[in-house]
Amino acid sequence: MIFKLFLSFIQVGLFSVGGGYAAIPLIQQQIVEIHKLMTLAEFTDLITIAEMTPGPISINSATFVGTRLAGVPGSIICTLGVVLPSFCICLALAYFYYKYRNFSGVQTILSALRPAVVALIASAGISILMLGLFGSDHSNFALSNFRIIEALLFVGGLFLLRKFKVNAIAIIFGSGVIGTILYAIF
Amino acid sequence: MEQNVTKQVVPSSEPQHKHVLWQLFKATFCLSAFTFGGGFVIVSLMKKKFVEELGWLTEDEMLDITAIAQSSPGPIPINASVILGYRMKGILGSLVAVLGTAIPPMVIISVIAVFYKQFRENTVIATALQVMRAGVAAVIFDVVINLAKNVCKTKRYLYIGLMAIAFVLTCFLKVSAMVIILSCVAIGVIDLIIQMKKKGETV
Repeated sequence: MIFKLFLSFIQVGLFSVGGGYAAIPLIQQQIVEIHKLMTLAEFTDLITIAEMTPGPISINSATFVGTRLAGVPGSIICTLGVVLPSFCICLALAYFYYKYRNFSGVQTILSALRPAVVALIASAGISILMLGLFGSDHSNFALSNFRIIEALLFVGGLFLLRKFKVNAIAIIFGSGVIGTILYAIF
Repeated sequence: MEQNVTKQVVPSSEPQHKHVLWQLFKATFCLSAFTFGGGFVIVSLMKKKFVEELGWLTEDEMLDITAIAQSSPGPIPINASVILGYRMKGILGSLVAVLGTAIPPMVIISVIAVFYKQFRENTVIATALQVMRAGVAAVIFDVVINLAKNVCKTKRYLYIGLMAIAFVLTCFLKVSAMVIILSCVAIGVIDLIIQMKKKGETV
């Protein structure tokens, strides 16, 4: 069974291009529908937990499924399955990138790509900001859900980062601690 | 297994190697432990850590790595760690970076898998995780402001325009990142051909 799990998660790793949410239907297909290792309700809970906790969603689900079915060895094997295709493919790409990146032609093409990557990061930032401020994405948010504590944490955090170059992890952790305390008081 | 391999190899190489590998592990571990909400979040944290703090990579390199990580199959943080690790210390570096990235979510989820009900019903944890998003957003915006400034500094309307259009397309029209990246590669190729032709004429 462990081997079957390993193979399923190799497929998840291999076919989920674009990360994160692209992997969800694939995991559902492999784990819920084909191998019936989890019920749909359990899977929905898993997605909720995976969204709440740090780490890539496919690693989270691999660990979760693995632990439930075969304990710690199961979690390690499933995670290995997800990571293995990434590891081989990216290693090959990294090799080629560092071999050819200094050619001027390659530089011209990459230069057109970089502004788009900045835009992609910005748009991920907007999504998470809206999720923080309104509890929902910017496509279906309601102004009445505006959360003032999160807004203050965001502005305060950005100010500290820009003005004093405070450590990023300190900002994230600090916003968690201060925010929880504020919510407990008010 | 993998951990044992790295431990055996490290002492035999120069002390500086050990230092870099350890720092690589430490950095990827910390970033992974605090990264909520998808691949681009960890990429902005990596940019802060490896470009601004440690100075191991250039900003352009980090953006290229992001594009490659996004276009390859598998989780973006893992993909980015593989490339980053390879850049610092070859295949061994990749292994160390992937371990650092994979261990925190594995430990967290293993614990949660056991205390699953209690975790889901605990309101303090739910609040803490919700408010942390504000901090994460602040970090991303800080990184984006720096990156966007540098794109504007190139003073090429092509690049500034691409950035603006790509932002509108992904943020408001929900065009997939893959389409954006492929289109920009195509535009880059066209730009290259035009530049080569211009050079040909002047010579």
